[in-house]
Amino acid sequence: MKKNAYFGLYIVIAILIVLPFVLPNSFYMDLVIRMAINAVIVLGLNLLIGFAGQISLGHAGFLGIGAYASAVLPTHFGWHPLLAMGAGAAVTGALAALVARPIFKLKGHYLAMATLGLGIIINIALRNEAQWTGGPDGMAVPAMGLFGFDLSSDKQWYWVVALLLSVSVWASLNLIDSPFGRALRALHGSEVASQVVGVDVVRYKVAIFVMSAVFASIMGSVTAHYVGFVSPNFADFFHSIELVTMVVIGGMASVYGSLVGAVLLTALPQALATFEGWETVVFGAILMLSMIFMPKGLVPTLAAKFGKGD
Amino acid sequence: MSMLEVKDLSIHFGGVKAVQNVTFSIDSGIVYSVIGPNGAGKTTLFNLITGVYKPTTGEIRLDGEAIGGKSPNELATRGVARTFQNLQICMNMAAIENVMVGAHLRLDRNLLKAALRFPALKRRDRELREEAAELMRFVGLEKYVETRADAMSYGALKRLEIARALAMKPRLIFLDEPAAGLNPKETIEVDHLVRKIAESGVTVVLVEHDMKMVMNLSDRILVLNYGKKLAEGTGEEIRNNPDVIAAYLGTHD
Ligand SMILES: Nc1ncnc2c1ncn2[C@@H]1O[C@H](COP(=O)(O)OP(=O)(O)OP(=O)(O)O)[C@@H](O)[C@H]1O
Ligand SMILES: [Mg+2]
Repeated sequence: MKKNAYFGLYIVIAILIVLPFVLPNSFYMDLVIRMAINAVIVLGLNLLIGFAGQISLGHAGFLGIGAYASAVLPTHFGWHPLLAMGAGAAVTGALAALVARPIFKLKGHYLAMATLGLGIIINIALRNEAQWTGGPDGMAVPAMGLFGFDLSSDKQWYWVVALLLSVSVWASLNLIDSPFGRALRALHGSEVASQVVGVDVVRYKVAIFVMSAVFASIMGSVTAHYVGFVSPNFADFFHSIELVTMVVIGGMASVYGSLVGAVLLTALPQALATFEGWETVVFGAILMLSMIFMPKGLVPTLAAKFGKGD
Repeated sequence: MSMLEVKDLSIHFGGVKAVQNVTFSIDSGIVYSVIGPNGAGKTTLFNLITGVYKPTTGEIRLDGEAIGGKSPNELATRGVARTFQNLQICMNMAAIENVMVGAHLRLDRNLLKAALRFPALKRRDRELREEAAELMRFVGLEKYVETRADAMSYGALKRLEIARALAMKPRLIFLDEPAAGLNPKETIEVDHLVRKIAESGVTVVLVEHDMKMVMNLSDRILVLNYGKKLAEGTGEEIRNNPDVIAAYLGTHD
């Protein structure tokens, strides 16, 4: 880890402070908010995939638990939104911890299959429990109240999300360059080497999996309140794949790559809207090309090219 | 009492009996070498003692406590360190971070404190970076303190593994062919390095094909052949043992 790693954080914060004053209209404001939300999710996922080297193809399921906790608990049971968000995160954490041990005894493709299956099960549950979740149609989410006033305008949401993103970048940078983070990267680099120096690899994999799942759940809640609506599509397989793609395109094991990946892939569908009907094809082609020419992802490739550390 | 006692140790991979009924013991503070032809079971023996493999049968005792079947990370807590014949370096990390990770068990590994950048953790990390740089100098890697691991030569990586193992502050260290693939000058440097490690009070178990180095350094030698113990004794005894001579000249069987 280079000493200047935190320099990027200052740039991110500077951009986040300036953005709302230069964005032309609410369309862009909304886009940036969704970019920032995705960036936080992708940061957590990159800790798991890029740094620890463990795949999860079911992360949208965790987003779904958080989102639906924020929809169902306040609507049907009158819970305070923050309490509901906490409950969603707790349930996600408990579920992730419960399945993580058996999952991380598996390796490679099996791990991918197991997380994929978990995501699909969560999605099916959300679809089928229609009396609570509205089934395939989804349901409305009440507004988030914070300290006596409702979070409603895009401006307010923007600052909340910008703060979450800045803190997440800071915490990720801290974590990576710490004993915990080094153990995580070491078990990725050589599992047996990390074991013989004393790293309990299953414990570390479980810890980072649970942490990234809880991250996803909280951001699922945030998204639900921001959008004001949830549907099972939010928690489906394609969303999981999209998140993994953000990690890979931006750059595995790169904090700033996570941000770039999230920004690009959130913007891309908008930019491709002109291709009417062919968006998915163009989208796929862009992904393929970038993987062929930049297998390490955007930020690490550019960093290597310009001789700078990440 | 010996530091390490191995009794009737065996492991089978399907039909392959890689280690068969091997018995020996190692006293604290010595350099103990394990030699034998390719495929004799030396690395497998290391893997058994350091917990990477579970024995099929037999006993391993460290300071009298049975450790057979314990996981590598449990053994690490008991002061057992090792290097690998086929390099196990974390190429995704800086060279010095590879050494720092060796100190894993001596650090505060709390996730939350790390994420929130507790000052005590940062301070300890800065000290650790100094310690790791010092260790890199000790093994002759002063040039590489600022380098990425994937930019280092094979010979340098071999020593990086030793530095990482030493960062554990072990009592017992297993070195699997530390001089393999090195040029004569580097081999002599590693020879000196192993001696320095032994002089610092660490018990050394060495696998090495370089006989000059083995004879130079070892207090005792174990000879394996086809997974079995062929002989055990001082360098002098081993050199004059007819079975050993036969095995090495290929007239055995
Ligand atoms: N995981 C394994 N699965 C199957 N066979 C194995 C395994 N590990 C080792 N063996 C076999 O055990 C035997 C001993 O191998 P080992 O690597 O211990 O030899 P060695 O003495 O270290 O040889 P070298 O000097 O070439 O390093 C070999 O026949 C090897 O193929
Ligand atoms: Mg070997």
